Amino acid sequence: MLDLINVSYDTQIPNNVGLSSDKRVLKALEKWHPGYINWWSDLIPQNFQQSLVYLRTAVSVDPKGWAKFDYVKMPEYRWGILLAPEVEDRRIPCGEHAGQPAWQEVPGEYRNMLKRLIVIQGDTEPASVEQQRFLALSAPSLYDMRNLFQVNVEEGRHLWAMVYLLQKYFGKDGREEADDLLRRSSGSEEAPRMLGAFNEETPDWLSFFMFTYFTDRDGKMQLESLAQSGFDPLSRTCRFMLTEEAHHMFVGETGVGRTIERTCQIMTENGITDPYDIDKIRAFGVIDLPTIQKKLNLHYTLSLDLFGQEVSTNAANAFNAGIKGRYMEHRLTDDHMLKNDTYPVWDFEDGKLVRKDAPALTAINMRLRDDYTRDAAGGVGRWNKLIAKSGVEFEMKLPHESFHRQIGVFAGKPFDPAGNLLSQDEYDAKATEWLPTKADGDFIQSLMTPVSEPGKYASWISPPKVGIDNKPGDFEYVKLYMA
Amino acid sequence: MTKSIDFQTDPSQYHHWRVSYDGPIATLFMDVDENAGLFEGYQLKLNSYDLGVDIELADIVQRMRFEHPEVKVVVMTSGKDKVFCAGANIRMLGGASHAHKVNFCKFTNETRNTYEAAEADSGQKYIAAIKGACAGGGYELALACNHIMLTDDSSSAVSLPEVPLLAVLPGTGGLTRVTDKRKMRRDLADVFCSLEEGVKGKRAVKWRLVDEVIANSKFDAVVAERAREFATASDKATGTGIALTPLSKTIGADGSLQYSLVEVAVDRKAGKATLTLSGPDSEVPASLEALHAQGDQGYLLRLARELDDAILHLRFNEMELGLLVFRTQGDPQAFLAHEAFLMDNRSDWLANEILAYWKRLLKRIDVTSRSMVALVEHGSCFAGILAELLWSVDRSYMMEDEFEGDNRPIAAITLSDANFGAFPMGNALTRLQTRFLGEPEAVDALAERRGEALEAEEAEESGLVTEIFDDIDWDDEIRIFMEERASFSPDALTGMEANLRFAGPETMETRIFGRLTAWQNWIFNRPNATGPDGALQRYGSGVRGDYAQERV
Repeated sequence: MLDLINVSYDTQIPNNVGLSSDKRVLKALEKWHPGYINWWSDLIPQNFQQSLVYLRTAVSVDPKGWAKFDYVKMPEYRWGILLAPEVEDRRIPCGEHAGQPAWQEVPGEYRNMLKRLIVIQGDTEPASVEQQRFLALSAPSLYDMRNLFQVNVEEGRHLWAMVYLLQKYFGKDGREEADDLLRRSSGSEEAPRMLGAFNEETPDWLSFFMFTYFTDRDGKMQLESLAQSGFDPLSRTCRFMLTEEAHHMFVGETGVGRTIERTCQIMTENGITDPYDIDKIRAFGVIDLPTIQKKLNLHYTLSLDLFGQEVSTNAANAFNAGIKGRYMEHRLTDDHMLKNDTYPVWDFEDGKLVRKDAPALTAINMRLRDDYTRDAAGGVGRWNKLIAKSGVEFEMKLPHESFHRQIGVFAGKPFDPAGNLLSQDEYDAKATEWLPTKADGDFIQSLMTPVSEPGKYASWISPPKVGIDNKPGDFEYVKLYMA
Repeated sequence: MTKSIDFQTDPSQYHHWRVSYDGPIATLFMDVDENAGLFEGYQLKLNSYDLGVDIELADIVQRMRFEHPEVKVVVMTSGKDKVFCAGANIRMLGGASHAHKVNFCKFTNETRNTYEAAEADSGQKYIAAIKGACAGGGYELALACNHIMLTDDSSSAVSLPEVPLLAVLPGTGGLTRVTDKRKMRRDLADVFCSLEEGVKGKRAVKWRLVDEVIANSKFDAVVAERAREFATASDKATGTGIALTPLSKTIGADGSLQYSLVEVAVDRKAGKATLTLSGPDSEVPASLEALHAQGDQGYLLRLARELDDAILHLRFNEMELGLLVFRTQGDPQAFLAHEAFLMDNRSDWLANEILAYWKRLLKRIDVTSRSMVALVEHGSCFAGILAELLWSVDRSYMMEDEFEGDNRPIAAITLSDANFGAFPMGNALTRLQTRFLGEPEAVDALAERRGEALEAEEAEESGLVTEIFDDIDWDDEIRIFMEERASFSPDALTGMEANLRFAGPETMETRIFGRLTAWQNWIFNRPNATGPDGALQRYGSGVRGDYAQERV
């Protein structure tokens, strides 16, 4: 009998989907595998490829003990295909088929829609690895370098997860799409990634932390809604991916938190009380809080754009078809069909912002974005506690969702971070107070000097409270390969 | 949708297109202003279009011919990132009356035909340069270009997703172009039309959907290079363009129209519009220089522009005027002299463009779904090009002998070279060839009689008119015909007339309009598309169309 909890290593590709007895898919994946390894090898600088990194590898999908930690060279990482355990008698949770048994095979009528959703999700996974490819060169510690690589290999595994679905369930088209996932490349002129935010470079570590906090959280919300899919293999895949994704957001939240903590510590130690005394603060080699706020403004608003138009036909179709649910669909108590429900959606009327009721079915994106904003606010509160504890008077804030938007009803309109509509001139005059400038970026970049001695950290960031896998402070998370 | 639609526009009023001119190459950027739809109730997102967008395109194409004869290649591309064109706006279609939808589809196809034919007619070649999604009507825009280039960025694709998404006919005229022009295999076309996301990359070339795919990083350079190549290879006659100035037009309180050479009288009670075309009001240009100096005020060009505008106005704004009556008044010899001047100077770009415009205009009349009749009265000038109207309309009546108290010159029809090849119908035959499909020798016999003023009896004898009536019968017979016509079902008439007008061989053009009127008309009226639970009505709500499964 198939062991669907523990990972099988009887093929080149670790899995809990019985790959060894599914010759067709195994063959397709083995054919795809060399291209993937080439992609990885071309991407990550060679000395890191040869280094031993203390990584966790999924060995089971049992929530109680799914991973083990060990040193591994990244190209030898066992990327695998892991689906959360099947829920007995699972039902389609939403839309016009709500209550019917979940699909175990792709329903023909939704094949294209499903494929498109999987391709878009799949396209973001390798994109972030590409965006972050040069960060290891300026890692503030071995601990952070290890976290970066952990995030990278797991994004790689998420790509595998999507590729598995494409190859298993979508035939020849699916195989072509899987190849194209390796063909497109972040920022490429030739074949860019599908979503705009995934074609921007991640230039420094603060950007990386903001990215993992805000943008990976969009990924989390998307995975949460795909985990509610009536197409069971997609649901199971995404549920397991969410287990890994949690670590990425942990890296982001603690990364930003440690940066803030260090700044506050330096300010207190040197008797600086005005957080806006920027030159003085920067002179100590830390990033001033207003600049961190600017980075937050940027990454939060870019991430909001990823949710698409507030009112969306595609989102409505996907929900009604039962292939993409809402956040925590199973905990919601309505009819899960949204036949006559409404949901308040931002609109722009006579120069004023109003929330107007729209058919809830078409407002799926708006609702998910609201869930996201609530979810993202949590970490911001915890950062503020760190600041308050240090005695510095400053508060981080999520800007109003109308600020700095490129997609949806607010797109291109000059709102300030408090949600006031300004004239374009007023906006332009103050934009440098709200969004990072080139000079801000240059300053942050000037701090990005690598630190590779175990237990040591760059000037601008505090050490973590606890080590990964409870390792001691001076643990050598990466054994650097010295050629 | 009761607002009156104006087909007159000019570049200063465009909302949706930009054109840049660089010597022999013009670039046409589609950049639709989503908040500038022609009607309320929808936004033109993702470069989707409504009639207003197409009116601008038609204007651009027309001005390209007359104002920019130096242009040999036109590159059609998108002014937006990630989308070429998402096709006709679905919410607009969902909210539009059936008549508006059909008229809209017809007008857009006429515009497509116009730039598609620009290469053969006047050496202006259109290239579609596609980056981003190119769906439905968007792909139709490209299909009507004579060279299609697609970027190979692994996400840009062409598609006709109407069947899976909207339950209507894929690409109103596009589907016909897929098989007839692109010569795509029918089974592959079937697969293509079922794929919502369309076809991209090398497969798009292999399936003949596009002419070339180009690496994204080289795309703009290769498009520019191709445009230069085509321009260099072209032997188009060029010169300095003329300006197309606004038409002089007044609309009366009763809806009648008055132009300088065309008058449209409206009789609402009878459901009838009478179009009276005037003969020349000026001398034949003494030279080509004089023709160019006259510009858009030259007789035949002005007449064409006014008649074209009147026909479009009647189609869109006067749906209940079911009968169009064509009259002419003027000197047939003077008309033929103007015509001969252009026909003798076809190597001149302007003369050629005016004649090519008449070709399009006569075709527009051919496919106008109203009952049409021509009255050949005393003092009329149905000669040469204007005589073509007699065989474009459904019936023609001619005055015989003198009428009491009427001292106008006796009614006559005069044929010219223009009636024997220069103005083919959509079926590629002349109107006379189509009319005498069973007696080709009749056309040969008529060719012998070019230049003769054929009076009623001769005209009837040689089959040029339906019936002739003298003073005693004329008024009554004409009245009875019109009353009878008004009593029939407009739908039955539209069907009957469209069937009768296009005898003879099928061409891509006849198939486009034939299938458009038959199939799209039918599908647009079926509950599976436009019923309250049909896919077109439900589009955007997230709920799928609920289809009755009966096959018809």
